[in-house]
Formats: sequence, C-alpha cells, structure tokens
Amino acid sequence: MSTLLTGFERVPALLSEHVQLSLSALGLALLIALPTAIWAMRSRRVAQIALGLASLIQTIPALALLALFFPILLAVAAMLGDRISPLGFLPSLLALTLYALLPILRNAVTGLKGIDPALGEAADALGMTGWQKLRVVEAPLAAPMIMAGIRTAAVWTIGAATLSTTVGQPSLGDLIFAGLQTQNWSLVLAGCIAAAGLAMLVDALLGMVETGLARRQPLRIRLAGALMVMGLAAALMPGTIMRQGTGEQRETVIVGAKRFTEQFILARVIGQRLEDAGYRVEYREGMGSAVVFGALTNGDIDVYVDYSGTIWTNAMKRTDPVSRPDMIDAIGKWVATEHGARLAGALGFENTYAFAVREADAKRLNLRTLDDVVRVSPDFTFGTDVEFLERPEWQMVQNAYPLRFKAERAFEPTFMYRALASGQADIISAFSSDGRIAANRFVVLEDPAGAIPGYDAILLASPRRSGDERFLRALQPLAGSISVEMMREANYRVDRPRNKQTSIAAARWLNRQIDTARSNTPHKDIP
Amino acid sequence: MPIRPRMARTSSSAATANPPPAGAKGPAVRLAGLYHSYGSVTALNGIAQKVEAGSFVALVGLSGSGKSTLLKTVNRLVAPDSGQVLIDGIDNCESDLHRLRRSIGYVFQNIGLFPHMDVARNIGIGAWIRNIAPLGEARIAELLEQVDLPASIALRMPGELSGGQQQRVGVARALAHEPGLMLMDEPFGALDPITRELIGNTYRAIHDRLGLTTLMVTHDMAEALLLADRIWVMADGRIVADATPQQLLLGACGAEAEALVAIPRAQAEKLVAMRERATADRLA
Repeated sequence: MSTLLTGFERVPALLSEHVQLSLSALGLALLIALPTAIWAMRSRRVAQIALGLASLIQTIPALALLALFFPILLAVAAMLGDRISPLGFLPSLLALTLYALLPILRNAVTGLKGIDPALGEAADALGMTGWQKLRVVEAPLAAPMIMAGIRTAAVWTIGAATLSTTVGQPSLGDLIFAGLQTQNWSLVLAGCIAAAGLAMLVDALLGMVETGLARRQPLRIRLAGALMVMGLAAALMPGTIMRQGTGEQRETVIVGAKRFTEQFILARVIGQRLEDAGYRVEYREGMGSAVVFGALTNGDIDVYVDYSGTIWTNAMKRTDPVSRPDMIDAIGKWVATEHGARLAGALGFENTYAFAVREADAKRLNLRTLDDVVRVSPDFTFGTDVEFLERPEWQMVQNAYPLRFKAERAFEPTFMYRALASGQADIISAFSSDGRIAANRFVVLEDPAGAIPGYDAILLASPRRSGDERFLRALQPLAGSISVEMMREANYRVDRPRNKQTSIAAARWLNRQIDTARSNTPHKDIP
Repeated sequence: MPIRPRMARTSSSAATANPPPAGAKGPAVRLAGLYHSYGSVTALNGIAQKVEAGSFVALVGLSGSGKSTLLKTVNRLVAPDSGQVLIDGIDNCESDLHRLRRSIGYVFQNIGLFPHMDVARNIGIGAWIRNIAPLGEARIAELLEQVDLPASIALRMPGELSGGQQQRVGVARALAHEPGLMLMDEPFGALDPITRELIGNTYRAIHDRLGLTTLMVTHDMAEALLLADRIWVMADGRIVADATPQQLLLGACGAEAEALVAIPRAQAEKLVAMRERATADRLA
C-alpha cells in the first residue's frame, strides 16, 4: 500500500500540468471547430473538406502525431530564430488540438444541420439576420449535440495527453511511462487512476451541462459550471503553488531521460547532484530517443545521458569503426562545433547492444559468438526493442553476420527479457548494462567482427550549460565513476520482480556508491 | 374591389359581423413578368398579376404548379430569375431584405414555432429581432385573443399545444408587428377539417377587421372558395384563371379551373341531395 501511495505523491503537480494542457487543447479546438461548423452548415463543400480532414487526422496514431510535430516545429523554430520550442507544451498542444477537432466538428455540423428546416424558414421569414438566427435558433437547438461532441473530445484529449510525456511535456503519462519501463505497477496505477478519474469527472460535469441544455435547466448548467471552475482551480493550484513556492533565486535546470530504467536512474543521479549544488531540478522523463538530442541542442533540456554509438550513428551519420576513446573524442568535438553543446564526460560504463540467448540453448547448440548464431538463425525468433530493427546498428550487424531469422518481433524493453525467458523469442538484442541479463542467466554472445560500435554512456550538456562552471563542477564526480557492475546492480534494483525500488531510491544508492568508491579506491568497482 | 361571397359563411358570425374598414391598410401588390426555374424545372413562367389593396387572394393549383414559389417571391424567400414584385408601387428588391420580411406576415404549413421558447417569447421574438422594447403581457394577451386563444397559454411551450393551437400562435406571431400584407403558404393544410374550418374563419375575420391584404396558397379548392375574394388558378408556372369564387362555381373559367372546382361542387351537391332524401324519408 505504501508503494501505491508513493506513486500518488507525484500526482498533484503532474495533474496540474495535465489539466492545463488538456484544457488549452480543448479550448483551441473549440475556437477552430465551432466557426468551421457554422461555415460548414452553410456550405456543403466546406463540410466535406473539414470533416474529411478531421477524420484523416484521427487515423494517425496519437503517438505518431505528437512525434510528427517535432521535425515540423524544429523547421519552424529554425525559421523564427528559435523563438518557439519544438518540444514540450507546443507540440502537445497542437497534436491534441487536432485530435479534439473531429468529435466537436462532427457533432456541431450534425447538430446544426439536424435543425428542422421549418425553423430556418420561420426565422428567415421573420426577418432575422444570419447572426440573429444563429444566436436564438441554431445555437440553442444544436447546443446539446455540440456539448456531447465536446464531452467526447474532452475525454479523448485527457486520455491522449498522457502521451505528451514522449515529447517532453510533463503529464500524468510520466507516471505511466516510467512505471511501465521499470515495471513499477503502483506508478502505472497511480497515473491511470488519476487520468481516468479526471476524464470521468470532466465527462460527468460536461454531461450535466449537456442535460441542462437539452432540458433547458439553466440552474443545472450553472451548477456544473461552478463545480468545473472549482475543480479547475483545485487542479491548477499545485502547479501555481509549486511555481511560486520555489520561485526563489534558485536557478532551474531540466534533466532529460529516454524511456528506460537506466535513463530514469541516471537522470535522478544527475538531478540529486545538481540539487546539492543549489539548483532547482525539473525532469523530462520518457522522451523518445529521436527527440532527446534535439531537445538538448535546442536548450529544452540542460543535460542527459546518451551513448556514444547512438550519437555516432544517428546524429553524426557515421558508420566507420573507430576505437571507443577515439569515438568519444570525436563526439566531444562534433557537439561543440556543430551545436555549441558540451560532452561533460564519459560515465565509465558501456551499454551496448548485447545479443543474448537462453543458457540452455547456448549449451545445447554450442553458441558463443554471433558467428555461431548464423547457422541456427532460420530456427530462431529474434526479439528486439521497438527501434532496433530500424537502427543503423542492425544494418552493421547484418553486414558482418548473414543472419536470417525465422521471425522478428519488437517488444518494449521490459517485455523483451520476459519474451526470451518464456520462449517467445530465442535471441534478443539486450542492453549490456541491464541487470536482467545476469538475473535470468542469459548468455551474451561475442561480436568477433566488432560490428557493434561502442556505447559508452556520456554526459551531454546543453549549449547554455557548456560554460556554466558551477554546473559542470557538480557533475564532474560522475565522470569515469560508474562501472558496468554498479549500473547493472542499480538497474536490477528497479527492474527485479520482487522488492522493487523506485528509480529515485536506486539513484540515491548509486550516488552513495559513487562517493564511496571515489573516497576509498577510485576506479575500483564495488561488488 | 371584388365582392366577397356571402354564401356558406353562415358558420362564422365573426366574419360577417366585421365588414372591412373603408380605407384598407394592406398594400396593393403587383407581380410583373416573374420567371423562375429550379434547374431544368420552370416554376414561374411569366406571371403578371395584381392584388388589390385589402383583398384576399387564394392561389390554387396542383402540386408543382408554382404556387409556393410565387408566394415566396413576395417576401424574397425566393429571388426570381427575372421580373419584379411591387408592393404599393415599390420594388421589393429596393428595400433592405430583413426590413422587407419584417414588414410582411408569413404563415406556413410547418408553422415553425421555436420549440425552445414559450408561446409568449415566440410571439414576442419580432421585438427582439427589431431591437425594440419587448411586447407587454397585455399585447401578447390581445394577440392571443385575436386568434381565439386564452392568455394563459402564453407560458406554455409549443410542444404542449395541439396542431390547431400551434398554428393560431403562428398567426399571432405573424400579426404581432401589424403587417399590412400577409403571406400564407397552405397555412391550415395539416389540420383536421373541423379545426381548419374554425381557424380559417377566425383568420378571415382578422383579415377583414385589420384591413389586411392576404395572399394564401391552398390545395383545398373548397377552402379557397369559402375564404377568398379572388382565386388564381395556377398550372405549369402560369396563372390560367383569375376569378371570383362565384365565377368559378359557374364554370367557364377554363379546363384547369373547372377540374379543380368540379370535385367540391359535386361533393356539395351530393351532400345536399342526400340531406333532402333523408328529410323526405323521415317525413314519409
């Protein structure tokens, strides 16, 4: 029960952000949809085009729609001289607004067109102007139908707003995504209960307005309105208080994290050190790995941990093999000259792609290297994380080893390990620093051809922080201090099925280990 | 001004009790060279007619003969392809569209009472449209009385009323701002025969008392014969006969007119014969 409560501790602040975002998107959608519906009522062609476009948008998965705004806004931001941010609130607002358009538009058009034509004829014959007709005849008669559309849109928007976590906008989705990755079900539950509760409450209150409109009971409408204003004030309060309460002179830094356990822990490791150094720290956790580097160079986040091979292949578009230290040097120079950002040090461990098989298979089929897998690959199902098959590393591996698997299946990282353990996959592209490899006694295969580039964990600081001495000094102790064993242990504390820790607790443990190791025997690993 | 038929008006004492005022306040209406078509269908094919000030004209004809279209050109619910409508000599295109419509009463079969407004607000909506002081309770009661409805109905919603009551409210709404010209598009067509008779007579009495000019479309020849001063028979977008009810009953107004008159006349004759036979049987 206490673990469930810890999940709920983060709810008020995130709820506040969630409500602000959903409300803004819904408001903007109304501003667009209602005039469009009125126009569509008078013109068939407009109705066809508007409803067609809105339906088309609806077919794009919400997650993809959110991600699509990143490159678009990045281009716009470049044109406007970086006055807008391609991450966080803006892309979330735009995507959710587009999503909310369809139910409002469709219901408004249906409601307005469904009005008895005799009433329009009477209004015209009485000499009403178009505006008068809209005000006393069309709008009030279509209102219940329009309200029903707003209700649907509100519920969708509140639900879809959880996805804005992936583009760096804090929302109740932070809890859900973090919980899913770390298998911390109390976090997932807290996020889901809060989001579903919010959606149900809003739906009920808007439903009250709807019946009030349909039955022409102004009192009911006013009561629902008052309750909504009160609820809104209560929901927005934590955000405002937090902002004012901590609005002293402390400078705010934003720590970014991708969407897996190690990233959540390292973000907290960094954050705890920056807090000790007197900064106020905010977190953008669960960002897509495609957007996080852009977020750093753009200054939306101040610091995060990436992996040398990822920057090398994805950002720098290089495929030539170099040694691990050379790669780190080259990345340091490249981020400084190309983006003005700073490589603030390598943490000391590598998290590379590690092809892993079950121990029994390794023994039975005598598998030690990727070369050995080539002969059994037609009988093997390959389990990967959701992005690996699209990554250049997979191409490099295929170039070095002619692997032809029976099937390829993509999983969220959490489920990838379970898939191998349970036999749904026979080989997986595991992460070498993941504690679950050892815990499941999986066997990691060697890469004799050296096809997979180095993946040293590196600390990247935004252009704004690249000259911030206090900031860099606070993170300096992390450089070269985290062994792969320490990282595995920290990851396993969060990922293990029993006696799970939160990423915050694991980060505290890791920070203590780092400090002990540094004061006792630097560069020697603690078991 | 043609003589109104007095025959068969026995059922309504109100109609005969109020002869029209000497100076009718309703305007004269002149239709000049009206043509209109919906795609390939010609609805008006050269209409040139005159409505005398203060007269009651009924437009009859088969469905699709252009009656409603013709009526709607007067308040410009339909803009004709060519031709003019002159109201007291003024082209109705010259006045502001909304002001024109506000000056003309319009009653139609579907009534069009606003379902979300009570009777008083429906009748008083014209004041809101004109942005003038709302009609007082007394004026609403007076308008309701004019259409033989109790003042207490003012607070009811349209959905709670019978069809006949609704159309009486529709007439009261059209009369609220004292129009001189009334356009009625099959106003009583959806009502049962008894209600239709009652409300028809009520309206005719109002027409006489207020000295209105009325143009009424109806598919019911008997109704036209009993209520109107003049009857225009329409066929294929033209007016094929313009006659008093008496002239129509006597025939010789053309084949189309004769076809329409023959049925109610034959029915009436049959009914009279039946009654005579029944009376004779009872005496025998």
